[in-house]
Amino acid sequence: MQLYLPIADLPVNVFLVLAMGAAVGFVSGMFGIGGGFLMTPLLIFIGITPAVAVASVASHIAASSFSGALTYWRRRAIDPALASVLLSGGITGTALGVWTFTQLRALGQLDLMIALSYVVLLTTVGSLMFSEGLRALMRTRRGAVPPRRTHSWIHGLPLKMRFKRSKIYLSVIPVLIVGTMIGFIGAIMGIGGGFILVPIMIYLLRVPTSTVIGTSMVLTLVTMLVATMLHAATNHLVDAVLALILMVGGVTGAQFGARAGQKIRGEQLRLLLGLLILSVGVRFAIELVIRPEDLFTIRELGVGT
Amino acid sequence: MMRTLLTVLLVLLLGSVARAERLIVSVSNHRVTVTPNYSGEELVLFGSVERDATTPADRIAYDLVVTVMGPRADMVTRRKERAFGIWINTDYRQFLQVPTYLALFANRPFEAITSPEIARRQQIGLNNVLLTQRVSGDFADVVPNDAFRSAFIRLRTQRGLYREDPSAVTFLTPTLFRTGIPLPAEVPIGTYEVEIKLFANGALITKTETAFEIVKVGFEQFVATTARQNGFVYGLATVAMALMTGWMASIVFRKD
Repeated sequence: MQLYLPIADLPVNVFLVLAMGAAVGFVSGMFGIGGGFLMTPLLIFIGITPAVAVASVASHIAASSFSGALTYWRRRAIDPALASVLLSGGITGTALGVWTFTQLRALGQLDLMIALSYVVLLTTVGSLMFSEGLRALMRTRRGAVPPRRTHSWIHGLPLKMRFKRSKIYLSVIPVLIVGTMIGFIGAIMGIGGGFILVPIMIYLLRVPTSTVIGTSMVLTLVTMLVATMLHAATNHLVDAVLALILMVGGVTGAQFGARAGQKIRGEQLRLLLGLLILSVGVRFAIELVIRPEDLFTIRELGVGT
Repeated sequence: MMRTLLTVLLVLLLGSVARAERLIVSVSNHRVTVTPNYSGEELVLFGSVERDATTPADRIAYDLVVTVMGPRADMVTRRKERAFGIWINTDYRQFLQVPTYLALFANRPFEAITSPEIARRQQIGLNNVLLTQRVSGDFADVVPNDAFRSAFIRLRTQRGLYREDPSAVTFLTPTLFRTGIPLPAEVPIGTYEVEIKLFANGALITKTETAFEIVKVGFEQFVATTARQNGFVYGLATVAMALMTGWMASIVFRKD
């Protein structure tokens, strides 16, 4: 069934988009991430311009992280204090990101920036996660105990604050910086940033695993809501019809993914996720390096009178 | 008295010599609506060449050139070049107020219809249509084989938005003709001008114009207009929709 997307300005097959939403939703449910880093490239692949894809995926991630956040809230697995400090950074970062997005679009370098950030971020995070998963897997094989966590320089920073639910005592500076960074890259790349935020919170900020996913989902939810609003108000690029199809597919797929994820061990899950992220990054890198099929592109600047 | 009559006769004669043929045309649909399941359409333009007493009797073979122009817009064509090992956009040209849709149809090859000189003046053929570029502050159309101009036409043609077909016009009888106007799925919205030029023996005899309109209707139109005019409200509605979907999902799939 063909459906005409009003903002993307092209007809798409509803079932194809629904299936894409469900597939990405499955992956996101399995790994507890938003899945934006898979969704945006897929949309670009079916012919939607990177700008519309990034803006529309923001609202899709908002929907899936809201349903996730509600579940974690009921389980009391969200740290409200930590979430609000992260958020004040996150909202600033998102606003900066949307502004940068508009500037880059005017310069004609938006597509390049999106592709470059994907390459840098995904290959780095992917290979880190992959090697970490591999090490953990080998450790469990050998039956060795994981190394004891030690305090790093981050815990020596001033402006310390007590986060009760997470039972940590931490400076607000690194939390604010992390929030800003995630908000910024999220707005430019059309990703929630969960797959970067969760490892940072665990390894750098030493947030306990009990509150990490729920709290990161709150940040994702709010930054993506703000990104949707700003993209809609400044760039008019959010395709609500596309977003709705993605949401319906995504939230359904996520439920099955979550069930499948419980059957796989944590290290294997990290290994798989690392591999997945890495391959998306490598795909973007290849595209940048090989000679494009067409060296020319056209962009419409708006219908005149 | 005699003189007045003669003048009237002369005026009548001259007038009718100037327009010995008349073109009568119509499109099958003056208002094309783009609905959610729109996936392209073809309009039909038909018409006839009306001859009168003053038409030279030996003039029987006609040629027709039909130009369809969609709403105009400014566009930018960018060229990628290799820098630091990757392909990035470097040089660009801005095209000013060029048609978003452009189709040229004829009953036989353009060069067989008329001389290159007239073809250029009457903008016949994609190579002769005026596409104004801004080249470092100046406004001009460049030579047809300019890299940016030909890339622009090639890309628009690939998307089905620019086309030229010198065999699309068919004469059903020596004076009755028709042509199809294919509209792709991603057709620009707005008013389309259709210009029909009649040639005989390489000379332009007469021309006429008609138009049709492409509009988005229903939910489509509503979404597109709201997004452009009330971005803030549109954003709020999208946000509300996202929250509703997420909330409903968490209720539907609740495990307890």
